[in-house]
Amino acid sequence: MTMPRTTSDDAGHPSPYRIIGQPLPRFDVVDKVRGATLYAADWRLPGMLVGRILRAIYPSARIRRLSEAKARAFPGVAAVLTAADVPQNARHEDPTGLGLASFATPVLAAERVRYQGEPLALVAAESEVQAQAALEAIEVDYEPLPGVFDVDAALAPQAPRIHEDHDNLLIHWKCQQGDLEEGFRRADVIVERTYRTQRVDHAYLEPEAAVAWVDGDGVVTIRASTQVIEHFREIAEMLRLPHNKVRVIAPFVGGGFGGKEDMTVEPYAALLAWKTGRPVRMAWTRQESLLARPKRHPFTMSYKTGAAKDGRLVAQEIRLMADAGPYPLLSPRVLFAALVAGCGPYRVPNVKIDARAVLTNNVPTSAMRGFGAMQVTFAYESQMDLLADAVGLSALEIRSRNFLRKGDRLPTGEHLETQVALPRVTQEALDALGERAQPSSPSGRVGRGFACNIQPYGRTIWFRDRAHAWIGFEADGSLVIRTGVTDLGSGQAASLAQIASEILGVSMDRIAVHIGDSSLTPLAGGTFATRQLYMSGNAVLKTAQDLRALMVPIAALLLEAAEADVQFADNHVRVVGSPETGLALARVVTECARRGVPTSQLSAFHGGHASPIDLETGQGKTFPDYTFGCHAAEVEVDVETGTVRLRKYVACHDVGRAINPQSVAGQMQGGAVMGAGQALMEDVVLDEGTNLTTLFANYLIPTSLDVPDVRAVVVESGEGKGPFGARGIGEPPNGPPPAAVASAIQDAVGVRLVELPMTPERIFEALRARGEKASERGAGGGGT
Amino acid sequence: MRPMGTEAMPVEERVPLHFVLNGRPVDTWAAPHETLLAVLRDTVGATEVKYGCGEGVCGTCTVLVDGAPTNACLIFGIQVAGHAVMTAKGLATEGDLHPLQRAFVSHEAAQCGFCTPGMLLVAYAFLRDHPGATRREIRAAIAGNLCRCTGYTRIVDAIAACAGTREAPAERAE
Repeated sequence: MTMPRTTSDDAGHPSPYRIIGQPLPRFDVVDKVRGATLYAADWRLPGMLVGRILRAIYPSARIRRLSEAKARAFPGVAAVLTAADVPQNARHEDPTGLGLASFATPVLAAERVRYQGEPLALVAAESEVQAQAALEAIEVDYEPLPGVFDVDAALAPQAPRIHEDHDNLLIHWKCQQGDLEEGFRRADVIVERTYRTQRVDHAYLEPEAAVAWVDGDGVVTIRASTQVIEHFREIAEMLRLPHNKVRVIAPFVGGGFGGKEDMTVEPYAALLAWKTGRPVRMAWTRQESLLARPKRHPFTMSYKTGAAKDGRLVAQEIRLMADAGPYPLLSPRVLFAALVAGCGPYRVPNVKIDARAVLTNNVPTSAMRGFGAMQVTFAYESQMDLLADAVGLSALEIRSRNFLRKGDRLPTGEHLETQVALPRVTQEALDALGERAQPSSPSGRVGRGFACNIQPYGRTIWFRDRAHAWIGFEADGSLVIRTGVTDLGSGQAASLAQIASEILGVSMDRIAVHIGDSSLTPLAGGTFATRQLYMSGNAVLKTAQDLRALMVPIAALLLEAAEADVQFADNHVRVVGSPETGLALARVVTECARRGVPTSQLSAFHGGHASPIDLETGQGKTFPDYTFGCHAAEVEVDVETGTVRLRKYVACHDVGRAINPQSVAGQMQGGAVMGAGQALMEDVVLDEGTNLTTLFANYLIPTSLDVPDVRAVVVESGEGKGPFGARGIGEPPNGPPPAAVASAIQDAVGVRLVELPMTPERIFEALRARGEKASERGAGGGGT
Repeated sequence: MRPMGTEAMPVEERVPLHFVLNGRPVDTWAAPHETLLAVLRDTVGATEVKYGCGEGVCGTCTVLVDGAPTNACLIFGIQVAGHAVMTAKGLATEGDLHPLQRAFVSHEAAQCGFCTPGMLLVAYAFLRDHPGATRREIRAAIAGNLCRCTGYTRIVDAIAACAGTREAPAERAE
């Protein structure tokens, strides 16, 4: 396949690495094409029960009575559990880490239902049929209550409270820099718009699933599709067990995208296994997943942006409002990321940002790829296009005059510590789009647009992030890596093998990677926040370097060479420049063992630390670093139907250093298409809290016919905080598509959509509102 | 093959079911209401067939019944009595990966891999009937199989490589 890739070394120097930067095939993909990978729902144990959840049918109600006696008496039923059976039914949550949004979230709702689909009771039975029959036999007497279904209504003085002990404003982050009023006074043009994004489902193809059992040593073990094995602690607290009596195992995950960052099935499967003493499998249906799993936050974003005549931004006022659903989950952190990224990759001297999340009785919302920084991209990039028009500059020129540079300050006052390769990234994206295509029909109008973005990678810095890895040689010179990462399909495990191979010289086929076991693999933190390559990649790099340092003196002794001249490569140690000196690694391992020198190593990588931001001004260090990118799109809009067809698409990001360029490009292509789905079709539709899109037949994600080939352009500036200068790339490609497509639609037919998804109906309406002029306008003009 | 794992119905309510799975005869029992997906996963242990939606939309559970791509969630197990069923595990011969499987590896056409078994089978059946297919035709052929990770470009690349398609990937205006 064609995969353009450019490095910052334009002089054409050969790569200093043997393995890093190679598009090597992934070992997990070999297992996956064989159909050999055992995902969470594929696990089978003798005597295993089927676990199911009874879910609330109302979004807001009081439970007058819940009667499970009849269900308990059904044949084959091993357990029916309600809130009263949960040892510790209040799960403490404080996603800010600062005590700003401290909540006790029930595992099973007891008296109060706060969203449709909220779990009320659990059943374990011998078969699916028996479990279903028992679920239907549980009698629930509801008293429907008035609910709150939009954020403005939730903040009204007389609004019903979602939680009696807390008002409906979940979190309000503030950020202020410079003098906003003075900034706007100096503005020659001011653009003001409100943008809206919708709820989106993660729609991973693997629905949530787990098998739980109590092991012979009494350890409650949950083998689950999850991004985070560290939830074992919360499960232990729920069961009132010591933390070391609960174990979470994460097999390869069938897609996560943030949707398996909060717990899904784990507490329920664990409860049923703990209470019955038997293995329990719980696999949610697609319909359950669409009904009740947390979604991407819908955002309302009011932007007021001022620029000088020359296009320089002088002031920006931003108000972000998100629907959090009834429980905090990760909403406070999502809004925080949105705040930090709110101005996009641009210098704005005078800024005021308010980011709020509001509790409602709608389906919960939490982490999804892009995590708040995604939604704001649609707003800040649309503003840049509008400002370009207002001051008479091209979309590229106005951005070029405002791009952040290394050393510049974000609205939070923190300085960018690594290179910002945006001028180059943007140019490469635009160049890769190639020739403009002709319309395919008389009513077709072709247009082009692009959008740039900034996305943090790594956790908020005051969480003191860290990751551990253990690496050891076997006697035959093969290598074992143990680290508690979860692999969602992005090549997390394979990338770690590639890093270890580079340092220790063991070929990829002789490296075994054990991941995702909270009892047996050193903890490395969850796979979220685009942190895994940055954190566990650095942990593996450091561990491999530490291990190499232990073994180098022995290798030097055997080779009769200086330590500095020893090279680890191709399963051998050698003297640099003397290929004939090769000695099998196994020989070095044997010698180390004979001399009592360790051949394994456990090390940790610490992600740094800073104090929390100032809560009034939002000033302080927030995220470890950022990834920048640009996407360019060509669309054809049918002016008779409002239909948009994506014709060409380019995704370009500076990844610092690509560990495996093929995997990196895959993230860009997949993220672009997921973002295109949000741009054009995806929408979780609620009616007063009732979810109308609980089928894959009406929650539509892109098929192969809805999107074009995506051309990924990998730029390597060489600067990033990950191993070998890598930057995170999991989330960043999800941000730009809606803005790039909106820009292309504007270029094609002259209307600017400010609400997602940009459906044919909305485009048709916008065209009609604009009158006959739109249908008479040809292709071209504006845009790029 | 003996029934194993989670039993969906008491044995007395089941009927005998004989079919061929990946070239080998299977003699088992199935309840009349059980989908082919349930029989394959829970009774026969063919967990390479994945559940994605249960409503025939995502294509994840695709198997070949007498060579035709079929959503295993949409037919009853007893409907394959006397027929041949092929899953992704039937693609490799004596441990050697099928060229499509090799292409999926070399193009990294799988990320999480959950849609991969169904995607491979659809591609296999399509190329069998349409050698030399264009990228556009390949996209149409896999439109009933959702993938959330790759964005499809690599999947089309991998299938096109096996079809001997000459067009360069990612260059077309389609």
